[in-house]
Amino acid sequence: MRVELTVNGERLEADVWAGESLLYVLRERLGLPGSKNACEQGECGSCSVLLDGRLVCACLVLAAQADGHELVTVEGLAEDGELHPVQAAFAETGAVQCGFCTPGFVVATADLLARSPNPSEDEIREALSGNLCRCTGYAKIFDAVRLAAGS
Amino acid sequence: MQVLTPRSLAEALRLKAEHPGSVPIQGGTDVMVELNFDRARPETLLNLNEVRELRGWSRDNGSIRLGAGLTYTEGMEAPLAEALPALAEASRTVGGPQIRNRGTVGGNLGTASPAGDALPPLLIGDAVVELASVRGERSVPLPEFLTGPKRNALAADELIVAILVRPAAGPQTFMKVGPRNAMVISVVSLALTVDRDHDEVRAAFGSAGPVAGLVQAPLAELNGFPERVAAAASPIDDVRGSAVYRRKSLRVLTVRAVERCLQ
Repeated sequence: MRVELTVNGERLEADVWAGESLLYVLRERLGLPGSKNACEQGECGSCSVLLDGRLVCACLVLAAQADGHELVTVEGLAEDGELHPVQAAFAETGAVQCGFCTPGFVVATADLLARSPNPSEDEIREALSGNLCRCTGYAKIFDAVRLAAGS
Repeated sequence: MQVLTPRSLAEALRLKAEHPGSVPIQGGTDVMVELNFDRARPETLLNLNEVRELRGWSRDNGSIRLGAGLTYTEGMEAPLAEALPALAEASRTVGGPQIRNRGTVGGNLGTASPAGDALPPLLIGDAVVELASVRGERSVPLPEFLTGPKRNALAADELIVAILVRPAAGPQTFMKVGPRNAMVISVVSLALTVDRDHDEVRAAFGSAGPVAGLVQAPLAELNGFPERVAAAASPIDDVRGSAVYRRKSLRVLTVRAVERCLQ
């Protein structure tokens, strides 16, 4: 079946298998591998994207459910070659080790700061509770969020 | 495999009647896991995301009517959270933000897991499930709707349309035991309300029996209530916890929930 969706402002079409996830479409059919494929069950958050402005796991959205809808992926955050403030803050604080979880954390953080520009510690913990990092232990990720919130 | 995407409830019911084996998919937080892990290959998926009639909630003759497509995120927001505080608390414990933005109360009923977080808060609100098919509509009290672990009373041509629930008539709360705050399937859960309108205490447990169960008593019998809740459960040993631990936890949670509600 064919789906038509707006990804990072661009109208795109893809022929998909009925049972496949939005994540598969992004990575394998639309050439957007920034959203990572890890757990495929909504546990790790590494495929976090914005679907009609809401933070979701792309692995848990059926491709056909995104038909006619708007998506923002991690590839859509930077503008005119300038890193998004959240991306810049992650780089600045070294909130990255293997990097696999980073796109998901960046998208989730951008979503948090868009809703709550000066989040409390609890708000940050809550907002990032659906994202797992196995390397950094989260301290530097939190530094990045605070830095981005201040910028 | 095919996906059907109805644009109205009438069209959804017609398609469900034509494809009784089709699997409804709303938030996808359960169904997609089955697909991604090759555990299910339904011939037809019925995508309900575009059916407006299933969205949101309303006040209905003294009750709250939750659309089957109400997300947990919506369940956490005022003023709904003030009318149904235990459901709001339970919603906050579901997954993480990504899951709560997609997962729905109707989906929790469709999956009918003994661990469904929305089920205990709905049970203490005397929830009634509205089902519809091309044959007509029927209302089924939630305890009758939940027929077993991951089994419910839905006929093959029916869809869950809404849930009618009584707004809180006194303090209520929800508690859940698990290894961390987020992303946890409950080891055991409890919703409890001190209902002053009906002069009774009602509690419902999850993950402590084949289905979520409801226990009620007059407020005068509050002292023995934690024992009664624990005795009503029929927990098993599994990967998440033992039966003994679950029964003991239920007793402790009930004591704490009563304290919290009477504070």
